[in-house]
Amino acid sequence: MRRILIIGATSAIAQAAARLWAARREALYLVGRDPARLESIAADLRIRGAARVDHAVMDATDIAAHAAVIERAASFLGGLDTVLIAHGTLSDQTACQESVARTLAEINLNGLSVVALLTLLGNRFEQQRSGTIAVICSVAGDRGRSSNYVYGSAKALVSAFLSGLRQRLHRTGVAVVTLKPGFVDTPMTAAFAKGVLWVAPARVAKGLVAAIDRGRPVAYLPGFWRPIMFLVRAIPERWFRTLKL
Amino acid sequence: MPRGMVSSWGNLVHADHELRRLASRHADFPQLPARCSVLPFGNGRSYGDSCLNVGGVLLEMRALDRFIAFDRETGVIACEAGVLLDELLAITVPAGWFVPVTPGTRFVTVGGAIANDVHGKNHHVAGTFGCHVRRFELLRSSGARLACSPTENPEWLAATIGGLGLTGVITWAEIQLRRIAGPWLDVETLRFGGLAEFFELCAQSDRDWEHTVAWIDCTRSPGSGLGRGLLQRANHLERGPVGHVDKASRAAARGLRVPFAPPVSLVNGPTLRAFNTFYYHRQRASRKKALQHYESFFYPLDGIRNWNRLYGPRGFYQYQCVVAPESGREAIAELLACVAASGQGSFLAVLKLFGAPASPGMLSFPMQGVTLALDFPNRGAKLARLFAQLDELVAAAGGRLYPAKDARMPGSLFRSGYPRWREFVPFIDPRHSSSFWRRVMAAE
Repeated sequence: MRRILIIGATSAIAQAAARLWAARREALYLVGRDPARLESIAADLRIRGAARVDHAVMDATDIAAHAAVIERAASFLGGLDTVLIAHGTLSDQTACQESVARTLAEINLNGLSVVALLTLLGNRFEQQRSGTIAVICSVAGDRGRSSNYVYGSAKALVSAFLSGLRQRLHRTGVAVVTLKPGFVDTPMTAAFAKGVLWVAPARVAKGLVAAIDRGRPVAYLPGFWRPIMFLVRAIPERWFRTLKL
Repeated sequence: MPRGMVSSWGNLVHADHELRRLASRHADFPQLPARCSVLPFGNGRSYGDSCLNVGGVLLEMRALDRFIAFDRETGVIACEAGVLLDELLAITVPAGWFVPVTPGTRFVTVGGAIANDVHGKNHHVAGTFGCHVRRFELLRSSGARLACSPTENPEWLAATIGGLGLTGVITWAEIQLRRIAGPWLDVETLRFGGLAEFFELCAQSDRDWEHTVAWIDCTRSPGSGLGRGLLQRANHLERGPVGHVDKASRAAARGLRVPFAPPVSLVNGPTLRAFNTFYYHRQRASRKKALQHYESFFYPLDGIRNWNRLYGPRGFYQYQCVVAPESGREAIAELLACVAASGQGSFLAVLKLFGAPASPGMLSFPMQGVTLALDFPNRGAKLARLFAQLDELVAAAGGRLYPAKDARMPGSLFRSGYPRWREFVPFIDPRHSSSFWRRVMAAE
């Protein structure tokens, strides 16, 4: 039985992953903002087979609350084997461009709050010398594009941070997993027209759980995004600037 | 706001719909464009237009897929309306509980099963799905939430069970499951040479068997084996598995699929006759006993994903009627003769006796009598003529057609078959409508 802490547990991808873990009889601790939704997700996971489930309400941007919530999770579960950080919002790029406050708020939620959590968790896992820290980043973090670079740059910050943390913790046996989903059909993206690259949260969750099981450093979800993003990154900036992406 | 092409299982209509999604059972009724009607949409397994709302909004319900409570002692489960029976069974079967009534596919939502008041092979003992619904919540466009049960808002319960999604949005439901010892069924398959024999066998089997259903070869004309077929009867096994396991369950597990629709229907005259003859003669003995897994017994077609595509891009119709017991035998014989004479035989014609349990819904399809279900590739006007003939026979026999399978019945046949429709109308939510409803309510 694995002891798993999920931060941002009401997100569609996190929920789908939690169901896979519940079916494997793992113990889960859910953290999110909405108590009613956490309650209903916890009940669902218990019925689906989770060994133990509890939850706590936390706003990820409330940095001062992080340490206590992590402590509560660890004491409920009797330790932590895996942490999945899944919270975030898909920023409204146009609105951000018109507002410094909005831009910084998005960077704070999608970037800084994750960095704060990773700082605490990194030290904790370094001491226990085992376990897996996994974070849902995004293919959007691989290169800034005019259509969503605020969101993308926050994810890029987290990706770079994780890369460094992974090097630092490598010798201690702690795995750091960067998860990069592409287009996922979730409530967060409900307003978008869906093309062939869109996949269901359940499919992303399957790849996510497998990546955490194997401790893979960077997992594109689904895997077809790896070559796509390789090409996107390979375009020289002088041409990239002319594209509308 | 998102739009999308939506079609139902029969692939007859592909229509652009405005789409909304309900994210959780606590969510408010969605904002709709002015003067736009809405219809909850589950998993789209209705065959015709009862799950479509062309020109309006479809409210996708699949995201409401959480379990709420499951009492493993009493077998009462509460879940959100978008949970598929497939997902439900994955949880309940290992705990020793099965759905009390199941249709021929497990890829329907709980909300859809209630809204169509679905039936199964055990109708003669268990009645419809709605008979086992203890309670549910109905969310109206006004924002009101009605708890419905036999003791709270019973009139809303009766309108909503079989109410085709028109009375509001079912957000969650509580269902009484049926105890089982394991996933296995004890199945007997018997050959019969004609309808008289079928009715005799069926009446006999219904006493001792929970599940009975028959397949009929409807490519045969009177005098050359009209009404010959196979009767399957089964009971849930009382103890754990013994003996061999049916091969079909392994085929289902392998997950065959039809990846795309062939340019023409693969279901046509020659393949139909060959298939029906093969199917009848597949079994040499007049009686065969086997142990079957519930998936292969209840859901043989679920083993082939998108089998509906076999009918090609023009899609197919299903014609399912029920006729009263008094006139049943003759009416069924006439219906089959009519189909055979048209040369448009059906792939699998299914015959079943509905029993005495009353259906709880005002518009529930099942009533005591005989039900016959037939599939037809879409052949346009030629098929419409056959349907008109069948409609006359059904109406004369005091029968009706199943809205969940229908894409074409005349409004007059709907209204004569469902005399309680007038009683139902006041319960329709002012914002709800469906393509089916507008069609059968249109003035002749």
